[in-house]
Amino acid sequence: MAHDHHDDHDHDHGQHPPSDMELRVKALESLLVEKGLVDPAALDAIVDHFEHKVGPRNGARVVARAWSDPDYLIRLRVDATAAIAELGYAGRQGEHMLALENTPQVHNMVVCTLCSCYPWPVLGLPPVWYKSAPYRSRAVIDPRGVLAEFGVTLPEDVEVRVWDSTAELRYLVIPEQPAGTEELSEDELAALVTRNGMIGTARL
Amino acid sequence: MNGVHDMGGMHGLGPIAPEADEPVFHHRWEGRVHAMTMASPTRSNIDAGRHQRELIPGPQYLAMTYYEKWFRSLSELVLKAGLVTREELADGRAAPDGARGEPRLRAAEVEDAMRRPASYVRETASQPTFHAGDAVRCRNINPTGHTRLPRYARGHVGEVVAWHDAQVFPDANSRGEGEDPHHLYTVRFSAQELWGEAANPRDSVCLDLWEPYLERP
Repeated sequence: MAHDHHDDHDHDHGQHPPSDMELRVKALESLLVEKGLVDPAALDAIVDHFEHKVGPRNGARVVARAWSDPDYLIRLRVDATAAIAELGYAGRQGEHMLALENTPQVHNMVVCTLCSCYPWPVLGLPPVWYKSAPYRSRAVIDPRGVLAEFGVTLPEDVEVRVWDSTAELRYLVIPEQPAGTEELSEDELAALVTRNGMIGTARL
Repeated sequence: MNGVHDMGGMHGLGPIAPEADEPVFHHRWEGRVHAMTMASPTRSNIDAGRHQRELIPGPQYLAMTYYEKWFRSLSELVLKAGLVTREELADGRAAPDGARGEPRLRAAEVEDAMRRPASYVRETASQPTFHAGDAVRCRNINPTGHTRLPRYARGHVGEVVAWHDAQVFPDANSRGEGEDPHHLYTVRFSAQELWGEAANPRDSVCLDLWEPYLERP
Protein backbone atom coordinates (compact mmCIF):
# COMPACT_ATOMS: atom_id res chain seq x y z
CA MET A 1 0.00 0.00 0.00
CA ALA A 2 1.19 3.45 -0.83
CA HIS A 3 0.88 5.00 2.57
CA ASP A 4 2.96 4.77 5.65
CA HIS A 5 0.63 4.25 8.59
CA HIS A 6 1.75 1.50 10.89
CA ASP A 7 -1.79 0.36 11.54
CA ASP A 8 -2.66 -0.31 7.94
CA HIS A 9 -3.15 -3.92 7.03
CA ASP A 10 -3.44 -5.65 3.75
CA HIS A 11 -5.96 -8.31 4.71
CA ASP A 12 -8.49 -9.48 2.20
CA HIS A 13 -12.02 -8.75 3.41
CA GLY A 14 -13.72 -9.81 0.22
CA GLN A 15 -14.42 -6.14 -0.54
CA HIS A 16 -11.73 -3.75 -1.63
CA PRO A 17 -12.23 -0.09 -0.81
CA PRO A 18 -11.26 2.25 -3.61
CA SER A 19 -7.61 3.14 -3.30
CA ASP A 20 -8.52 6.79 -2.91
CA MET A 21 -10.41 6.37 0.38
CA GLU A 22 -7.43 7.57 2.42
CA LEU A 23 -7.27 10.73 0.29
CA ARG A 24 -11.01 11.33 0.33
CA VAL A 25 -11.17 10.97 4.11
CA LYS A 26 -8.18 13.29 4.53
CA ALA A 27 -9.91 15.87 2.33
CA LEU A 28 -13.10 15.71 4.42
CA GLU A 29 -11.13 15.95 7.66
CA SER A 30 -9.13 18.96 6.51
CA LEU A 31 -12.33 20.65 5.35
CA LEU A 32 -14.12 20.06 8.67
CA VAL A 33 -11.04 21.21 10.58
CA GLU A 34 -10.65 24.32 8.43
CA LYS A 35 -14.30 25.18 9.04
CA GLY A 36 -13.83 24.75 12.77
CA LEU A 37 -16.31 21.86 12.99
CA VAL A 38 -13.96 19.23 14.39
CA ASP A 39 -10.83 19.38 16.52
CA PRO A 40 -8.19 17.05 15.03
CA ALA A 41 -6.79 16.32 18.51
CA ALA A 42 -10.28 15.19 19.53
CA LEU A 43 -10.27 12.76 16.59
CA ASP A 44 -6.92 11.38 17.81
CA ALA A 45 -8.42 10.94 21.29
CA ILE A 46 -11.51 9.16 19.94
CA VAL A 47 -9.39 6.74 17.89
CA ASP A 48 -7.25 6.12 20.98
CA HIS A 49 -10.38 5.46 23.04
CA PHE A 50 -11.59 2.75 20.69
CA GLU A 51 -8.18 1.22 20.07
CA HIS A 52 -7.00 1.18 23.67
CA LYS A 53 -9.66 2.05 26.28
CA VAL A 54 -12.57 -0.23 25.40
CA GLY A 55 -12.62 -3.83 24.24
CA PRO A 56 -13.66 -7.33 25.25
CA ARG A 57 -11.27 -7.37 28.23
CA ASN A 58 -13.77 -5.01 29.91
CA GLY A 59 -16.65 -7.42 29.37
CA ALA A 60 -14.50 -10.30 30.58
CA ARG A 61 -14.10 -8.47 33.92
CA VAL A 62 -17.88 -8.24 34.22
CA VAL A 63 -18.31 -11.96 33.48
CA ALA A 64 -15.55 -12.97 35.90
CA ARG A 65 -17.10 -10.86 38.65
CA ALA A 66 -20.55 -12.36 37.94
CA TRP A 67 -19.10 -15.86 38.21
CA SER A 68 -17.20 -15.24 41.42
CA ASP A 69 -19.44 -12.86 43.39
CA PRO A 70 -23.08 -13.97 43.90
CA ASP A 71 -24.09 -10.53 45.19
CA TYR A 72 -22.66 -8.91 42.07
CA LEU A 73 -24.60 -11.37 39.90
CA ILE A 74 -27.81 -10.30 41.63
CA ARG A 75 -27.01 -6.62 41.04
CA LEU A 76 -26.25 -7.46 37.39
CA ARG A 77 -29.66 -9.11 37.06
CA VAL A 78 -31.48 -6.20 38.70
CA ASP A 79 -29.69 -3.33 36.91
CA ALA A 80 -26.92 -4.39 34.55
CA THR A 81 -26.10 -0.80 33.53
CA ALA A 82 -25.37 0.13 37.16
CA ALA A 83 -23.56 -3.12 37.96
CA ILE A 84 -21.31 -2.71 34.90
CA ALA A 85 -20.68 0.95 35.82
CA GLU A 86 -19.38 -0.26 39.22
CA LEU A 87 -16.40 -1.64 37.30
CA GLY A 88 -15.95 1.66 35.47
CA TYR A 89 -17.58 0.75 32.15
CA ALA A 90 -20.29 3.10 30.92
CA GLY A 91 -21.12 5.49 28.14
CA ARG A 92 -21.90 5.53 24.44
CA GLN A 93 -23.67 2.42 23.18
CA GLY A 94 -23.84 1.07 26.72
CA GLU A 95 -26.59 3.37 27.96
CA HIS A 96 -29.05 0.56 28.71
CA MET A 97 -27.31 -2.74 29.39
CA LEU A 98 -28.86 -6.16 29.89
CA ALA A 99 -26.97 -9.30 30.91
CA LEU A 100 -28.10 -12.57 29.31
CA GLU A 101 -27.10 -15.59 31.37
CA ASN A 102 -26.51 -18.81 29.49
CA THR A 103 -27.75 -21.89 31.35
CA PRO A 104 -27.81 -25.60 30.55
CA GLN A 105 -31.30 -24.94 29.10
CA VAL A 106 -30.84 -21.62 27.27
CA HIS A 107 -28.11 -20.35 24.95
CA ASN A 108 -28.25 -16.62 24.13
CA MET A 109 -26.88 -15.05 20.95
CA VAL A 110 -26.86 -11.34 20.03
CA VAL A 111 -27.22 -9.68 16.64
CA CYS A 112 -28.25 -6.34 15.11
CA THR A 113 -30.07 -7.21 11.89
CA LEU A 114 -30.71 -3.55 10.96
CA CYS A 115 -27.23 -2.08 11.43
CA SER A 116 -24.36 -2.84 13.83
CA CYS A 117 -25.54 -2.12 17.41
CA TYR A 118 -23.05 -3.51 19.93
CA PRO A 119 -22.15 -2.76 23.58
CA TRP A 120 -19.07 -0.57 23.09
CA PRO A 121 -18.10 0.04 26.76
CA VAL A 122 -17.78 -3.68 27.49
CA LEU A 123 -16.83 -5.17 24.09
CA GLY A 124 -15.34 -2.26 22.14
CA LEU A 125 -16.18 -1.96 18.44
CA PRO A 126 -17.65 -5.03 16.73
CA PRO A 127 -15.65 -7.32 14.47
CA VAL A 128 -16.33 -7.04 10.73
CA TRP A 129 -18.27 -10.33 10.62
CA TYR A 130 -20.75 -9.09 13.25
CA LYS A 131 -21.71 -6.07 11.15
CA SER A 132 -21.65 -7.89 7.79
CA ALA A 133 -24.63 -9.12 5.81
CA PRO A 134 -24.09 -12.89 6.24
CA TYR A 135 -24.31 -12.79 10.06
CA ARG A 136 -27.00 -10.10 10.24
CA SER A 137 -29.23 -11.96 7.79
CA ARG A 138 -28.87 -15.50 9.14
CA ALA A 139 -28.54 -15.12 12.91
CA VAL A 140 -32.32 -14.80 13.36
CA ILE A 141 -33.49 -17.45 10.88
CA ASP A 142 -30.72 -20.04 11.23
CA PRO A 143 -28.97 -19.52 14.57
CA ARG A 144 -27.98 -23.17 14.86
CA GLY A 145 -26.42 -23.09 11.40
CA VAL A 146 -24.53 -19.92 12.32
CA LEU A 147 -23.36 -21.49 15.58
CA ALA A 148 -22.18 -24.57 13.69
CA GLU A 149 -20.03 -22.31 11.48
CA PHE A 150 -18.45 -21.04 14.69
CA GLY A 151 -17.87 -24.63 15.78
CA VAL A 152 -20.69 -24.69 18.34
CA THR A 153 -23.17 -27.57 18.27
CA LEU A 154 -25.95 -27.41 20.82
CA PRO A 155 -28.21 -30.30 21.87
CA GLU A 156 -31.69 -30.11 20.33
CA ASP A 157 -33.24 -29.62 23.76
CA VAL A 158 -31.28 -26.45 24.49
CA GLU A 159 -33.26 -23.32 23.57
CA VAL A 160 -31.39 -20.90 21.34
CA ARG A 161 -32.60 -17.38 22.17
CA VAL A 162 -31.51 -14.73 19.68
CA TRP A 163 -31.61 -11.06 20.70
CA ASP A 164 -32.01 -8.58 17.83
CA SER A 165 -30.72 -5.19 19.06
CA THR A 166 -33.48 -3.07 17.52
CA ALA A 167 -33.53 -0.30 20.19
CA GLU A 168 -30.89 1.26 22.48
CA LEU A 169 -30.73 -1.75 24.82
CA ARG A 170 -27.37 -3.46 24.54
CA TYR A 171 -26.78 -7.07 25.45
CA LEU A 172 -23.87 -8.88 27.11
CA VAL A 173 -23.99 -12.68 27.16
CA ILE A 174 -22.76 -14.19 30.42
CA PRO A 175 -21.39 -17.59 29.36
CA GLU A 176 -21.69 -20.61 31.64
CA GLN A 177 -18.68 -20.88 33.91
CA PRO A 178 -16.47 -23.77 32.74
CA ALA A 179 -16.51 -26.73 35.11
CA GLY A 180 -13.59 -27.00 37.49
CA THR A 181 -12.78 -23.28 37.57
CA GLU A 182 -14.43 -22.49 40.91
CA GLU A 183 -11.11 -22.02 42.68
CA LEU A 184 -9.62 -19.63 40.13
CA SER A 185 -9.05 -15.96 40.92
CA GLU A 186 -11.09 -13.27 39.20
CA ASP A 187 -8.09 -12.42 36.97
CA GLU A 188 -7.71 -16.05 35.97
CA LEU A 189 -11.43 -16.35 35.27
CA ALA A 190 -11.41 -13.19 33.12
CA ALA A 191 -8.63 -14.71 31.01
CA LEU A 192 -11.00 -17.57 30.08
CA VAL A 193 -13.69 -15.27 28.68
CA THR A 194 -13.69 -14.64 24.94
CA ARG A 195 -15.36 -11.91 22.89
CA ASN A 196 -17.43 -14.44 20.94
CA GLY A 197 -18.49 -16.02 24.22
CA MET A 198 -20.00 -12.66 25.19
CA ILE A 199 -21.75 -12.30 21.79
CA GLY A 200 -23.02 -15.85 22.06
CA THR A 201 -21.21 -17.34 19.06
CA ALA A 202 -18.91 -19.41 21.28
CA ARG A 203 -19.20 -21.58 24.37
CA LEU A 204 -16.38 -21.61 26.88
CA MET B 1 -38.02 1.78 4.75
CA ASN B 2 -37.94 -1.65 3.20
CA GLY B 3 -34.26 -1.41 2.28
CA VAL B 4 -31.56 -4.04 1.98
CA HIS B 5 -30.27 -2.98 5.41
CA ASP B 6 -33.33 -4.78 6.84
CA MET B 7 -31.81 -8.15 6.09
CA GLY B 8 -32.89 -10.38 8.98
CA GLY B 9 -34.08 -13.72 7.58
CA MET B 10 -32.48 -13.41 4.13
CA HIS B 11 -30.51 -16.23 2.57
CA GLY B 12 -27.67 -16.14 0.10
CA LEU B 13 -25.58 -13.24 1.41
CA GLY B 14 -22.43 -15.33 1.65
CA PRO B 15 -20.44 -17.13 4.31
CA ILE B 16 -19.63 -15.62 7.69
CA ALA B 17 -15.93 -14.87 7.58
CA PRO B 18 -14.37 -14.33 11.02
CA GLU B 19 -10.85 -12.93 10.90
CA ALA B 20 -8.11 -13.98 13.32
CA ASP B 21 -6.51 -11.20 15.39
CA GLU B 22 -8.68 -8.55 13.80
CA PRO B 23 -7.51 -4.95 14.41
CA VAL B 24 -10.00 -2.35 15.68
CA PHE B 25 -9.51 -0.39 12.47
CA HIS B 26 -8.08 -2.01 9.33
CA HIS B 27 -6.88 1.28 7.87
CA ARG B 28 -6.05 4.61 9.42
CA TRP B 29 -8.85 6.27 7.45
CA GLU B 30 -11.44 3.99 9.07
CA GLY B 31 -10.54 5.32 12.51
CA ARG B 32 -10.72 8.90 11.22
CA VAL B 33 -14.19 8.27 9.74
CA HIS B 34 -15.38 6.72 12.97
CA ALA B 35 -13.96 9.61 15.01
CA MET B 36 -15.33 12.31 12.69
CA THR B 37 -18.77 10.71 12.85
CA MET B 38 -18.63 10.74 16.65
CA ALA B 39 -17.28 14.31 16.85
CA SER B 40 -19.43 15.84 14.15
CA PRO B 41 -22.21 18.25 15.16
CA THR B 42 -24.55 15.88 13.28
CA ARG B 43 -23.99 13.15 15.91
CA SER B 44 -26.61 14.73 18.14
CA ASN B 45 -29.21 12.67 16.23
CA ILE B 46 -28.12 9.02 16.13
CA ASP B 47 -31.35 7.97 14.38
CA ALA B 48 -30.80 10.39 11.50
CA GLY B 49 -27.29 8.97 11.13
CA ARG B 50 -28.62 5.42 10.93
CA HIS B 51 -31.24 6.45 8.40
CA GLN B 52 -28.64 8.19 6.26
CA ARG B 53 -26.77 4.90 5.90
CA GLU B 54 -30.02 3.14 4.97
CA LEU B 55 -30.48 5.65 2.15
CA ILE B 56 -27.43 4.34 0.31
CA PRO B 57 -28.91 2.52 -2.72
CA GLY B 58 -29.21 -1.22 -2.09
CA PRO B 59 -26.70 -2.53 -4.63
CA GLN B 60 -24.07 -0.09 -3.33
CA TYR B 61 -24.98 -0.74 0.32
CA LEU B 62 -24.21 -4.43 -0.17
CA ALA B 63 -20.96 -3.79 -2.07
CA MET B 64 -19.45 -1.11 0.19
CA THR B 65 -17.34 -1.82 3.26
CA TYR B 66 -18.70 -0.70 6.63
CA TYR B 67 -16.64 2.47 6.91
CA GLU B 68 -17.19 3.38 3.26
CA LYS B 69 -20.87 3.56 4.22
CA TRP B 70 -20.04 5.65 7.28
CA PHE B 71 -17.95 8.03 5.12
CA ARG B 72 -20.71 8.39 2.53
CA SER B 73 -23.35 9.09 5.14
CA LEU B 74 -21.17 11.52 7.12
CA SER B 75 -20.57 13.53 3.93
CA GLU B 76 -24.32 13.63 3.26
CA LEU B 77 -25.16 14.54 6.88
CA VAL B 78 -22.84 17.57 7.03
CA LEU B 79 -24.17 18.65 3.64
CA LYS B 80 -27.82 18.31 4.68
CA ALA B 81 -27.11 20.17 7.93
CA GLY B 82 -25.75 23.09 5.89
CA LEU B 83 -22.35 22.81 7.58
CA VAL B 84 -20.56 22.42 4.24
CA THR B 85 -21.47 22.99 0.61
CA ARG B 86 -21.17 20.54 -2.24
CA GLU B 87 -18.44 22.75 -3.74
CA GLU B 88 -16.45 22.64 -0.51
CA LEU B 89 -16.81 18.86 -0.34
CA ALA B 90 -15.56 18.57 -3.93
CA ASP B 91 -12.64 20.96 -3.33
CA GLY B 92 -11.70 19.79 0.15
CA ARG B 93 -11.26 23.50 0.97
CA ALA B 94 -13.52 25.90 2.82
CA ALA B 95 -14.99 28.71 0.74
CA PRO B 96 -13.56 32.07 1.95
CA ASP B 97 -17.01 33.33 2.91
CA GLY B 98 -18.33 29.91 3.97
CA ALA B 99 -19.90 29.13 7.32
CA ARG B 100 -17.56 28.48 10.26
CA GLY B 101 -18.44 26.56 13.41
CA GLU B 102 -17.27 25.42 16.79
CA PRO B 103 -16.19 21.82 17.47
CA ARG B 104 -18.78 19.85 19.42
CA LEU B 105 -15.99 18.02 21.21
CA ARG B 106 -12.49 19.11 22.28
CA ALA B 107 -9.71 16.59 22.87
CA ALA B 108 -9.81 17.09 26.63
CA GLU B 109 -13.54 16.34 26.65
CA VAL B 110 -13.40 13.09 24.67
CA GLU B 111 -12.95 10.51 27.44
CA ASP B 112 -15.67 12.09 29.54
CA ALA B 113 -18.02 12.29 26.55
CA MET B 114 -17.42 8.64 25.65
CA ARG B 115 -17.90 7.38 29.21
CA ARG B 116 -20.63 9.69 30.51
CA PRO B 117 -23.76 7.71 31.39
CA ALA B 118 -26.69 8.82 29.26
CA SER B 119 -30.20 7.61 28.76
CA TYR B 120 -32.78 7.33 26.01
CA VAL B 121 -35.57 7.05 28.62
CA ARG B 122 -37.93 10.04 28.56
CA GLU B 123 -40.92 11.20 30.59
CA THR B 124 -44.31 10.62 29.07
CA ALA B 125 -47.82 11.22 30.36
CA SER B 126 -49.16 7.95 28.99
CA GLN B 127 -49.24 4.62 30.80
CA PRO B 128 -47.89 1.51 29.07
CA THR B 129 -50.63 -0.30 27.15
CA PHE B 130 -48.99 -3.70 27.37
CA HIS B 131 -47.55 -5.71 30.24
CA ALA B 132 -45.27 -8.70 30.65
CA GLY B 133 -47.13 -11.81 29.57
CA ASP B 134 -49.38 -10.01 27.07
CA ALA B 135 -49.63 -11.32 23.54
CA VAL B 136 -48.92 -8.62 20.94
CA ARG B 137 -48.86 -8.54 17.17
CA CYS B 138 -46.43 -6.41 15.17
CA ARG B 139 -48.37 -4.09 12.93
CA ASN B 140 -48.07 -4.53 9.20
CA ILE B 141 -46.53 -1.13 8.50
CA ASN B 142 -44.24 -0.27 5.61
CA PRO B 143 -43.03 3.27 6.23
CA THR B 144 -40.72 4.77 3.63
CA GLY B 145 -38.69 6.52 6.35
CA HIS B 146 -36.61 5.11 9.20
CA THR B 147 -38.11 2.41 11.40
CA ARG B 148 -36.69 -0.15 13.81
CA LEU B 149 -39.44 -2.69 13.19
CA PRO B 150 -37.78 -5.29 10.94
CA ARG B 151 -39.84 -6.77 8.12
CA TYR B 152 -39.40 -10.31 9.41
CA ALA B 153 -41.42 -9.53 12.56
CA ARG B 154 -44.33 -7.64 10.93
CA GLY B 155 -47.66 -9.41 11.28
CA HIS B 156 -46.28 -11.89 13.79
CA VAL B 157 -47.46 -12.53 17.34
CA GLY B 158 -45.12 -12.62 20.31
CA GLU B 159 -45.18 -12.24 24.07
CA VAL B 160 -44.11 -9.15 25.99
CA VAL B 161 -41.30 -10.18 28.34
CA ALA B 162 -40.16 -6.78 29.63
CA TRP B 163 -41.06 -3.08 29.65
CA HIS B 164 -38.30 -0.47 29.48
CA ASP B 165 -40.13 2.83 30.16
CA ALA B 166 -40.74 5.30 27.36
CA GLN B 167 -37.74 5.93 25.12
CA VAL B 168 -36.84 8.17 22.19
CA PHE B 169 -38.81 6.96 19.14
CA PRO B 170 -36.44 6.58 16.17
CA ASP B 171 -39.13 6.82 13.49
CA ALA B 172 -39.93 10.41 14.53
CA ASN B 173 -36.50 11.45 15.79
CA SER B 174 -34.78 10.41 12.54
CA ARG B 175 -37.00 12.88 10.68
CA GLY B 176 -36.07 15.73 13.00
CA GLU B 177 -39.62 15.75 14.42
CA GLY B 178 -38.48 15.55 18.03
CA GLU B 179 -37.98 12.61 20.35
CA ASP B 180 -41.68 11.65 20.57
CA PRO B 181 -41.08 9.07 23.36
CA HIS B 182 -43.11 5.86 23.39
CA HIS B 183 -43.13 2.86 25.68
CA LEU B 184 -40.55 0.25 24.74
CA TYR B 185 -40.94 -3.49 25.28
CA THR B 186 -38.90 -6.61 24.71
CA VAL B 187 -41.10 -9.04 22.79
CA ARG B 188 -40.25 -12.71 22.39
CA PHE B 189 -41.33 -14.61 19.27
CA SER B 190 -41.07 -18.35 18.84
CA ALA B 191 -38.86 -19.32 15.92
CA GLN B 192 -41.79 -21.31 14.48
CA GLU B 193 -44.04 -18.22 14.57
CA LEU B 194 -41.45 -16.29 12.56
CA TRP B 195 -40.08 -18.99 10.27
CA GLY B 196 -42.61 -21.81 10.15
CA GLU B 197 -42.80 -25.38 11.30
CA ALA B 198 -39.33 -26.34 10.15
CA ALA B 199 -37.78 -24.14 12.86
CA ASN B 200 -36.70 -25.67 16.16
CA PRO B 201 -39.78 -25.61 18.44
CA ARG B 202 -37.70 -24.44 21.41
CA ASP B 203 -35.91 -21.54 19.75
CA SER B 204 -36.98 -17.92 19.95
CA VAL B 205 -36.05 -14.40 18.86
CA CYS B 206 -36.41 -11.33 21.10
CA LEU B 207 -36.79 -7.82 19.70
CA ASP B 208 -37.07 -4.44 21.40
CA LEU B 209 -40.17 -2.74 20.03
CA TRP B 210 -41.91 0.58 20.64
CA GLU B 211 -45.62 0.67 21.33
CA PRO B 212 -46.62 2.19 17.95
CA TYR B 213 -45.25 -0.99 16.32
CA LEU B 214 -47.62 -3.20 18.33
CA GLU B 215 -51.30 -4.07 18.54
CA ARG B 216 -53.44 -6.62 20.35
CA PRO B 217 -53.70 -9.79 18.27
